[in-house]
Amino acid sequence: MSFPWAQQYTPTNGLMRYFDEKLPLPRLVYNAVGAGYPVPRNLNYLWNFGVLAGFCLVIQIVTGIILAMHYAANAEVAFATTEHIMRNVNYGWLMRYAHANGASFFFAVIYLHIFRGFYYSSYKAPREMIWLLGVVIFLLLMATGFLGYVLPWGQMSFWGAKVITGLFGAIPIVGEPLQVWLLGGFAPDNAALNRFFSLHFLLPFVTAGVIILHIWALHIPGSSNPTGVEIKTESDTVPFHPYYTAKDGFGLGVFLLIYFAMVFFLPNYLGHPDNYIEANPLSTPAHIVPEWYFWPFYAILRAFTADFFFIPAKLMGVLAMFSAILIWFILPWLDKSPVRSGNYRPLFRIFFWILMFDMAVLFYLGGAPAEEPFVMFSQLATAYYFLHFLVIIPIVSMVEKPKPLPYSITEAVLGSDKEAVLGENASVAK
Amino acid sequence: MAETTSTAGTDTTVVTDGEDGVRRRDFINIAAVSAAGVGGVATLIPLVSQMSPSADVLAESSTELDVGAIEPGQAVKAVFRKQPLFVRRLTAKEVEEANATDASSLRDPQTLAERTKEGHGDVLITMGVCTHLGCVPLGAAEGEIKGEFGGYFCPCHGSHYDTAGRIRKGPAPTNLEVPEYEFTSDTVVQVG
Repeated sequence: MSFPWAQQYTPTNGLMRYFDEKLPLPRLVYNAVGAGYPVPRNLNYLWNFGVLAGFCLVIQIVTGIILAMHYAANAEVAFATTEHIMRNVNYGWLMRYAHANGASFFFAVIYLHIFRGFYYSSYKAPREMIWLLGVVIFLLLMATGFLGYVLPWGQMSFWGAKVITGLFGAIPIVGEPLQVWLLGGFAPDNAALNRFFSLHFLLPFVTAGVIILHIWALHIPGSSNPTGVEIKTESDTVPFHPYYTAKDGFGLGVFLLIYFAMVFFLPNYLGHPDNYIEANPLSTPAHIVPEWYFWPFYAILRAFTADFFFIPAKLMGVLAMFSAILIWFILPWLDKSPVRSGNYRPLFRIFFWILMFDMAVLFYLGGAPAEEPFVMFSQLATAYYFLHFLVIIPIVSMVEKPKPLPYSITEAVLGSDKEAVLGENASVAK
Repeated sequence: MAETTSTAGTDTTVVTDGEDGVRRRDFINIAAVSAAGVGGVATLIPLVSQMSPSADVLAESSTELDVGAIEPGQAVKAVFRKQPLFVRRLTAKEVEEANATDASSLRDPQTLAERTKEGHGDVLITMGVCTHLGCVPLGAAEGEIKGEFGGYFCPCHGSHYDTAGRIRKGPAPTNLEVPEYEFTSDTVVQVG
């Protein structure tokens, strides 16, 4: 959009020309995901995950609206209607498995999208706003995922709702009344289930709104790229369509293969068998765990076992868990290195992979039972997590000597021969 | 990729594959987009089908009832597919009245025999749903108005049905629907 060489929308069809005059919607699409959006020519497959995440939202909204046609958010019948969907409704099993696994794949895609942002420092100026909106989207997704998991009203649903709303009970003074207010009772029941359903229906549309802002903000500076060098000339870019519609289309095909392999052959692999037992307020399952996508943060929550000065352990865990994500909001200002891409930052790159390992450890521990030695490892991994963002990143960005950057994206793609670069510039620019 | 670089270099070069001059890239492009299109359309099948009656609704789609206890002149209301079903044992006079009418002069020409089962010519089983706009006609329960022709009368828009449940007067286009049913014994009827 902002590049002077971007192609202009010129409809040849009379109807489209008429439409575009009255409402320039085709123009908007053309400039957003069509030939009118110049994109760096060197994007690798890690740049597929934004489109995949958008596709996941579409899957979730379509299957979710369908599930809502057959589901009743009433504690008396919620579990029964879920089973009704599985057994009676035509293709109901497909809709529910597609929705449940869709949530898992949504998070998988989002995590890779975020880690891409970490490695290539996509959060740095001039793209801070894109990053901040992205963190907001991630928080919305977590809330939506949690609310949705409560709806089938199985044992894990019920106790998940109890534990997560219990987190608010940790807040001093207002905590208990706040928890009761959130639930509309003293334990999760009909009131809680109804409001969770209502909010679970609402939040995806709020998310869609924030995604529009996310993309809008993206189109101001344009997409980042694996070199981290900004676009200089037309030869650094290709039009989004057909180049990246094709590349994203291929990635989408691979994604769908894996997704439907899960939906059709391992639909309950990521779920928990206890959630096929109806909610029972009088019996807690022996081993209660959230869905896998919350595990790293669940491990941080459980890492705090002793009171910390005057702060009780429970509150500390809650604060740490929320801080683990909120800290991403200040990441653009913690990392002061002028070089974006991890490809040119040897020291940063090492610590990036250590962080990935640390998150993998937290992920494993979040799914493990709350006993030794897992608790101790959680404490170490949690400590390292915060150390990475608050200490290591700022220090690395100050002491590191980055490798020399290519002059331009074109040079990075075609080699260092200046004449070849200029030669192609000349021929493309005509 | 070889194709793109060669075409970018010299604009006039068109790389073809095969003797008929079809570009391999065009073929791949059309094949890929078509596969995606067919897949997308196939996806609509479950998305549309889920709105059809579910297995539990279909499981309730037949009703069994005993007509043995119904006296001549009496009618009962049953439920078939969540809609009222009228079962009426006609008196000899009512049968005579129905047969006296010239079927070909009716709006929806049908004889009483066509609307009942052989050997059970006095058992009239119809839906209790007016064919005009779906109200429940009066006349099945004792003391209700039976209309000008002694059968059923729909109070919503004034349709009169005769003793064979045929439309005689008013806006309804067709006779009261006779559902699919059969006698499984002398007195037991399975509807649907």
